[in-house]
Amino acid sequence: MADWIARVSAWTIPMLIAFIPLYAALRKVPVYETFIDGAKDGFQTAIAIIPHLVGMMTAIGMFRASGALDAIIGVVRPLLEAIGVPSQVLPLALLRPITGAGSLAFVTDLIKTEGPDTFAAKVAATIQGSTDTTLYVLTVYFGAVGIRNARYALKVGLFSDFVGFFAAVAACWLLFGMG
Amino acid sequence: MVNWIWLGMIVVSVFVGAANGRLNEVAEAAFGGAQTGVTVCLGLISILVFWMGLMKIAENAGLVRLLSRLMAPIVRRMFPDVPPDHPAMGYILSNMSANLLGLGNAATPMGIRAMQELQKLNRQPGVATPAMCTLLALNTASITLVPTTMIAIRMNFGAIHPADIVAPTLLATAVSTGAALLADRWYRHRSGPPRAAGKRIGNGPAASSPSAPASLGGGG
Repeated sequence: MADWIARVSAWTIPMLIAFIPLYAALRKVPVYETFIDGAKDGFQTAIAIIPHLVGMMTAIGMFRASGALDAIIGVVRPLLEAIGVPSQVLPLALLRPITGAGSLAFVTDLIKTEGPDTFAAKVAATIQGSTDTTLYVLTVYFGAVGIRNARYALKVGLFSDFVGFFAAVAACWLLFGMG
Repeated sequence: MVNWIWLGMIVVSVFVGAANGRLNEVAEAAFGGAQTGVTVCLGLISILVFWMGLMKIAENAGLVRLLSRLMAPIVRRMFPDVPPDHPAMGYILSNMSANLLGLGNAATPMGIRAMQELQKLNRQPGVATPAMCTLLALNTASITLVPTTMIAIRMNFGAIHPADIVAPTLLATAVSTGAALLADRWYRHRSGPPRAAGKRIGNGPAASSPSAPASLGGGG
């Protein structure tokens, strides 16, 4: 089962890279020109992230260097490790629903300090990639049409983040074991 | 909120650093963090340029429309109070298809158009309808096929197989989307007709986090 799922990782990207241009060519889309046209936006997007990531990486780097991060993690470590959650990823659970740039910076910092192939880094990358910034989505979507009473939408979003956190840990256990 | 988190981290770092006698390390980390931030973003250029080129092909080939048609029968059941031929349904389907393909920049405008159409069906403007809450639940959980940003960052730091997080990400995103839909259903039945008083949210993006561009969100 786990072996079969792991193949999804290996196949998804090559299949998309082959299927999308092929399908487009059959629909008579000039694939190469379209590729170049779209690719221009990628540069802009990467550059636009710089201020966000610099601001957040600075704060998170300082927080780690001061020893405050370790102090917080140390408190909850026994509890989390008893249930198989790598304690280093806990701050991510708090940051992820609130700030997209902050959680991205945290994951980047974690990958840098722990190494990209450690279990904690894989769990963190999975959490970051599998959900969106709940508060940001709520504000943009409801703000756009002037909804002031969001009713239960925030609770639903946070509940799904909570479930997603443990689902990410479980999925990494299933596929990678405690690497 | 983000303002306070950011300020809090910096101020706490300086005080805790002083108490631990690590002020030098804290100062170095500030500049080191800034440097890593820039390096990582420059490293993202390669993958983002490639992926957004590919996604432009997907968009122009009508893959969003194809996916929308495939998902229509399921999605209609998620929005029982939206008439199937209402324009809102079309935008909801486009929003979900674009999200699935990781077209963050296309998904957000579609989602906002969907909200505007749903607002026309809303008898109490200012209060979210059940359909709006369901659309929001789907977007906060955000099913994405390929977490491009995360793959790129792992690649930058020399991961052996940067893409091996695709499968766990798919599993986790499926579970959290399922949880979001179930919770949404539960609250929808429990709460009945909307009440006037309730939780208030900020008005417009300016009131909230200066969060990164939409494409940062789902890792896409």
